[in-house]
Amino acid sequence: MKNVSAPDPFLSSSTKEMKMKSRSQVGELAIALTESRLSLVTHGEDSKTPLYEEHVRLGARMVPFAGWLMPVQYASIVQEHQAVRNNVGIFDISHMGQLIVDGADAREWLNTMLTNNVGKLDVGMGQYTFLLNESGGIIDDLIVYRIDDLKFLLVVNAARTDEDFAWLEKWHQRPADYRQDADATVRLANRSADFGGVAIQGPRIAELFHALFGANTDLPSRNSIADFPFERTTVSVARTGYTGEDGVEVFFRASDAVKFWNAALDKGKAFGIKPCGLGARDTLRLEMCYPLNGSDLSPERNPIEAGLGFFVDLTKSNFIARDVLLETKEKGPREKLVPFRMKEKGPPPRPHYAVFENGQRVGEVTSGTLSPSLNWGVGMAYVSTARAKVGAQIDIEIRGQKFPATIEKKPLYKKP
Amino acid sequence: MNVPDELLYTESHEWIKREGDNVRVGVTDHAQSELTDVVYVELPKMDRQANAKEAIAVVESVKAASDIYAPVKGTVVEVNKALEADPSLINREPYGQGWIFVLKLDNADDLKQLKDAEAYKKQIG
Repeated sequence: MKNVSAPDPFLSSSTKEMKMKSRSQVGELAIALTESRLSLVTHGEDSKTPLYEEHVRLGARMVPFAGWLMPVQYASIVQEHQAVRNNVGIFDISHMGQLIVDGADAREWLNTMLTNNVGKLDVGMGQYTFLLNESGGIIDDLIVYRIDDLKFLLVVNAARTDEDFAWLEKWHQRPADYRQDADATVRLANRSADFGGVAIQGPRIAELFHALFGANTDLPSRNSIADFPFERTTVSVARTGYTGEDGVEVFFRASDAVKFWNAALDKGKAFGIKPCGLGARDTLRLEMCYPLNGSDLSPERNPIEAGLGFFVDLTKSNFIARDVLLETKEKGPREKLVPFRMKEKGPPPRPHYAVFENGQRVGEVTSGTLSPSLNWGVGMAYVSTARAKVGAQIDIEIRGQKFPATIEKKPLYKKP
Repeated sequence: MNVPDELLYTESHEWIKREGDNVRVGVTDHAQSELTDVVYVELPKMDRQANAKEAIAVVESVKAASDIYAPVKGTVVEVNKALEADPSLINREPYGQGWIFVLKLDNADDLKQLKDAEAYKKQIG
């Protein structure tokens, strides 16, 4: 049953996730409460993951996210966040997409589609990478795993799954620039509907893994993926995550989702497991400065501006937008994505709040929250390259008043 | 969900306690449980005059900022400074130490516009 399954995101399972509906402006309490009450019945057009009933049973507040009804929190974002930092937490990531690329020429072809170097992957290994448009803008960030000699699994953001697949198909059907050999064998498949997945994250992951898969079963090594037997079925486990904690992402057939979820919660009791929603996923990833596509990344921003040039291999001879990235790298980007921390205790920064340099409006906060680990307002924003230095000051406008913030190093939170 | 019989309520989830010519105002147990994890409270300015349904304070949870409204017309005569140091009082004691401000009533008859406990219970189901 090798390769059967789905992939998962390394650093980036993340990649896809969250876009909480955090209100960037002050919302109205009544409306906020009404929306959350109604979300269960009014969003019939949103898909349900195979774990939907479990979330409802656990009392989760369900919200529409990327076309899916997802749990934003069960009881408390802060408690769920702390469970992941201190013990272990489990997240439904069934909304994420799984694309399969295989065939004799899959590797060469994928290397023209993605920024990182797929050629460096041994079987069972994965890497964080980008799918770019021809201007270098980010369509998606994802993890690609080599799940067999000639077979790759792409774990992509829920909101971008269809777009990613359409983009790949478009290039696949066009035997021009990026596909020199018209007879090359590359097959594409969107398997997203077939798989469910969970992320299990936190310092007690090893204990829980052994409780689930056997005391003598080794965890996959960092960034690798492997299949394991589980109660007469097979699941794929990747040692990846989007929280900054040790952890795994597990993919299984959609029909096995409930069984696996409940087994993990049951065995996890001994280790203080909590089911965690998109809210905690967002605060956890932001403390680590992991970008969220659609907020921190967009088709108007390239990976070098986003500070993620490490995942772009410019030594590859040919990939989409290579020239653009080369130029950005040589000239230096006009703006850079930086993490910041509020200077004073005060209202937390939130997405879309205006950002100022020397009284001049330069953009918007792309991600912002109160960091539960630091108990301090933190966020990310694009600022001019000249300003993008640790210790430099910017101002964030909150309800008409400017609050100073300091540009920080990544990550905002370091394990004690 | 705790909805004390002796208080009045608004549609927007504030509770109101009559204290002579004044009213003490906070958010209901239901509201705090929906908001969860209150991390910041912006209090109204002292002596501010407010109309009914005017937003005069902000309660922020990890995920959202929510306006708090003056339930009736009046003047702010007291604010709960303790919330600046410990916003989670709103979660722990929504009807006690988690109160937000006190308004001096413009007209006590305005209170007739508010909901009683029975009506509010019906609203939140």
